[in-house]
Amino acid sequence: MYSQALNAPTPLADTSPEATRFQERIDAEERIEPNDWMPEAYRRTLVRQISQHAHSEIVGMLPEGNWITRAPSLKRKAALLAKVQDEGGHGLYLYAAAETLGVSREELVDQLLSGRAKYSSIFNYPTLTWADIGAIGWLVDGAAIMNQIPLCRCSYGPYARAMIRVCKEESFHQRQGYEIMLTLCRGTAEQKAMAQDALNRWWWPCLMMFGPPDSQSSHSDTSMRWKIKRFTNDALRQKFVDATVPQGHYLGLTFPDPDLRFEDGHWRFGAIDWEEFRRVLAGDGPCNRERLAARRQAHADGAWVREAARAHAAKQRAKAA
Amino acid sequence: MATTSITLDETPARALLLARADDALVLGHRLSEWTGRAPLLEEELALANIALDLIGQARALYQATELDEDALAYRRDAHQFRNALIVELPNGDFAVTIARLFLVSVASDLYWRAAVADPLLGPIAAKAEKETAYHVRHAAEWLVRLGDGTAESHRRAQDALDLLWPYTGELFEPVRSGPDPAALRPDWEEAVSAMIARATLRRPADGWMQSGGRAGRHTEHLGRMLAEMQVLPRTYPDARW
Repeated sequence: MYSQALNAPTPLADTSPEATRFQERIDAEERIEPNDWMPEAYRRTLVRQISQHAHSEIVGMLPEGNWITRAPSLKRKAALLAKVQDEGGHGLYLYAAAETLGVSREELVDQLLSGRAKYSSIFNYPTLTWADIGAIGWLVDGAAIMNQIPLCRCSYGPYARAMIRVCKEESFHQRQGYEIMLTLCRGTAEQKAMAQDALNRWWWPCLMMFGPPDSQSSHSDTSMRWKIKRFTNDALRQKFVDATVPQGHYLGLTFPDPDLRFEDGHWRFGAIDWEEFRRVLAGDGPCNRERLAARRQAHADGAWVREAARAHAAKQRAKAA
Repeated sequence: MATTSITLDETPARALLLARADDALVLGHRLSEWTGRAPLLEEELALANIALDLIGQARALYQATELDEDALAYRRDAHQFRNALIVELPNGDFAVTIARLFLVSVASDLYWRAAVADPLLGPIAAKAEKETAYHVRHAAEWLVRLGDGTAESHRRAQDALDLLWPYTGELFEPVRSGPDPAALRPDWEEAVSAMIARATLRRPADGWMQSGGRAGRHTEHLGRMLAEMQVLPRTYPDARW
């Protein structure tokens, strides 16, 4: 799925010959590879962004996983299970991409479980009906794609390459989600009401996924200069709204925004409740505690299994020696 | 209110397909319950993969009855399910999940190999056998890791085998048509005993064997599983999803 748009701290200007050469390579659209010289702040920014992205994939398995055992047909059950499995796979490549920057998966997982690392705020909302599975595919994965397509050209090679594969799978998920919504909207009155309710609940949190408005994110310049980020939060958000509103109208749904109007070639939307965004990011969303508790529980319950695997491997090595 | 359950005429061919399909669906569903809870990320993916194979097998088998696959999965009551009891037991800890997957997959793999020549099951069996061979390998590797790993994992793996053993007899009960499961038992015994020994575990003694699943007499667990699985089609019987 997707990592929250985030802002890098502004590093002190580095005028060393390596730093100058590094920026020239970035400007020339060359890819930076794991063994290349890179400024420490570039490495730190990437570790943070890639690991947040990985954590988001892993935590993102929970709200959708909530409906695997209740999917209403065998086809939907298989598709949802496969989708959630893809998310686990994305988590795995992203942790591997982060590891090329000199951190271990264990350290990163530890940061998630101890609450020090962030993940996308969207997964702190609950999935209350089957329509939420459609809405997540259509809207959350749709927003993820808007954010991630530019990341396929990110200056850091391993991240860019991981994103190419992730984006292919995400666009499949998005179509699948939209198709669930379409089926509901063409179904019974109860199904259509379920779809409308899901849109009402997911629309604003999805717009928040692009991160704070440009006016409040003065630090994104550095990420832009390093070509980790290529578009601003507001530009991506507008692009998402422009693409999504006609899709919602085709479904026959109403967006929960009385200020939504078409103007100068764009769908202009009303004010986002940034207070809610800050609150959810700070830990007070509807499901923050549950999500983290579920990850901790799985990790703790699996400790004896991981220990057994290590002990067996050590015995095998001892035998081979 | 009228019932949302279907009634069906179980011909011998249908009974054969339903027994195999229900085994696959119920075990696939149980494995899918691990989503988000697996002991490590790689295992999260592996369990989902196996669950997907099993749900795929169930769909192919239901479709071969020429009845609606979703009516069969979502509109039958527990007593109409024909799966062996072992697959409906709760997942328990990871050792129970792995031990069950191992015991059942070895039997399924032998069954699918025998069924390749069966006119009804043949086309499904060929694909299912390849998938099941991988399930056996995956479960066997874990059984060895758990049996040989630490004192705790050894104890849990042994407890799992002891818990599940009385449910293994049902896997070999004779059925009205198709390959005879009883004929597979010696090969199953050999394969299972060898792997249990490699895992430094003890093969439980054969005592009383539980039975009844093929006739629709289930444990307390299947009804709860179905209540969850079937909730949407039962609540909105006129909807299509």
